[in-house]
Amino acid sequence: MESKVNKYSKQFILFNSIFIFCWLVISIFPFLWTFWGSFKVKADFFSRADWWYTVSGVNTLIETGGRSTLEAYINSWIEGEFWRAARNTAIVTFSVVTISLFLGTLGAYALSRSTYKYAFWILIAALVFRAMPHITLVSGYLFPFFQLKIWGILPTTIIVLVAINQPFTLWLLYSFFKTVPKELDESALIDGASYFQAFRHIIMPVMWPGVITAGLFSLMLAYNDFTVTALLLNQQNYTMVPKINAFLGTVEHGGNYMWAVASVVSATAPLFMIVMFFQRQLISGLTTGAVKG
Amino acid sequence: MPHKTFFWFFFPSGLAMILFIGLPIFSSFFQSLHIETEQILIEVETCDPFGCEMEVQVDQEATGLLREESPLGRFNGFGTYLDRNHLAFDDLGAGWETKTSIRNFISIVLNLPFYKSLLFTLTFCFSVTPVVVCLGFVVALSVNALAKSIKGPVIFGTILPMIVTPLIGSLVLFWMIDAQGILGATLQKILDDPNLSLKASRNLTWITLIIYGIWHNTPFAFVVFYAALQTVPQEPVEAAIIDGASRFQRVRYIVLPHVYPVATFIALICLMDNFRVFEPIIGFSAEGVAQSLSWMIYKDLRNETLMLFGSAGATSMLTILGVAILLTPVLIRTWKEFRTDR
Repeated sequence: MESKVNKYSKQFILFNSIFIFCWLVISIFPFLWTFWGSFKVKADFFSRADWWYTVSGVNTLIETGGRSTLEAYINSWIEGEFWRAARNTAIVTFSVVTISLFLGTLGAYALSRSTYKYAFWILIAALVFRAMPHITLVSGYLFPFFQLKIWGILPTTIIVLVAINQPFTLWLLYSFFKTVPKELDESALIDGASYFQAFRHIIMPVMWPGVITAGLFSLMLAYNDFTVTALLLNQQNYTMVPKINAFLGTVEHGGNYMWAVASVVSATAPLFMIVMFFQRQLISGLTTGAVKG
Repeated sequence: MPHKTFFWFFFPSGLAMILFIGLPIFSSFFQSLHIETEQILIEVETCDPFGCEMEVQVDQEATGLLREESPLGRFNGFGTYLDRNHLAFDDLGAGWETKTSIRNFISIVLNLPFYKSLLFTLTFCFSVTPVVVCLGFVVALSVNALAKSIKGPVIFGTILPMIVTPLIGSLVLFWMIDAQGILGATLQKILDDPNLSLKASRNLTWITLIIYGIWHNTPFAFVVFYAALQTVPQEPVEAAIIDGASRFQRVRYIVLPHVYPVATFIALICLMDNFRVFEPIIGFSAEGVAQSLSWMIYKDLRNETLMLFGSAGATSMLTILGVAILLTPVLIRTWKEFRTDR
């Protein structure tokens, strides 16, 4: 039976729909506009004269002979070596997600099953660590990394991102493991299994919903990071986000600005697909993370 | 769980956090106590057909050697904290002495790099956060009232600004607002002012950055509020309807008290996250008129000639102090919750 609470008057529904529609336009339109514009030439997308040029592609027609062009994509991926950045992002993201889930599940499981007070203090410390601005940490890394000669390479960045990601992963998985009944693994312990065996055979098969959520957040952090990757990697090893920033920095010839536009679209599209696919997990993660702490 | 088992389970994760979050804070502090070695100057006699001249030059070799010997530079104590680019107590004192009015003194203070950045950072935090909390709540209420079938796609559309990285998000907006973008050019036409440009005006840039901040952060508030709305008990709402309460009254007296703790939580997280604002400044190319604390650190580390570790370290420490102040209420809340759980 539909409860009375969810009955709305006609005016309310109309007003509400208009509001939500406006809101959606504000959130989505900039992305659609950039996506559309990335197939035009610079004179169209950054047209001082008339924004309609972006829609109709007048200059694109003059310059390339078609209403839309893949020029910016082809140039940025090949000449601008964006493929290298995409490959680096893939390596970094995959490694960060795998390693941080491996470390995070073990640590969070231990935290959720410990009855001692230090587990609470560790969680508080993780909360403090989570609040540290990343740039302050980076300013602490640079000097030691230069001295140890491990600056600029991908493995260093991966480990750093894993560490930066640990506090949030721990909190998320800790809240998740708290919802897994203790009796499950305790019965295994009584039957003579070690903690590790209990984890391996009892917890691992049921932990996947939580792990997917945590993995999604690790993925977003690694994929989106700018602060760490821009300062800890050398130009050759740049991932996509610092690479886009590098495209902006070199505006000597007009093409580069469109390179940035095309690479912004190339970098955003896969992320949107993943989020569309895993939307449910993402939202459940945000809410548990938020409600619990 | 026994201590030993706990230790081995937690060890890898703990080690990673200590090495790469705990130690860097100390490393930053240690760096902040040092200052870069000065360049060694030597007087060289350069002769040309018109005679000889004494010239002061940088002794590259000796400077390089000295820098190699002590790469961190020389010990400077808390000197860096007090210099003109940080707390600048001397300049504050001098400004107080020479001030013509309080207004004049304030403008002197806000011309010092650290205070200028602090002002922007705080303005950004405290203008974005309240709007985000209110707007997030309204959007959550509104989405909650939609038909079930369209909720999914609407939620996806709503959270898009949050899932892209701030740099990309700000670029996407910047390209529209720029003098050559769709909004910027149209505004110029409507207002008939061809020189209207964001970069030119400090206030306009700040407003743009704040609008960007609201755009980027509202989805987070929305998602959390939306989840909280699902847990609002239905009985009191139904009772209120029977008693003839209007929609507004129901929200005001039943829903709002229920989500109030969530609202404070969102506000605190928002404040903390916005305190580290810096990518939008790069995305909007607003370095000229808007600097934040994090941006100052970035600038020191990106210095062309010599990385200013000492200066970056000192700003980092001051930023961490700011975060700590903002974090205290969160910690107190968690502590209280923990106490009541027992």
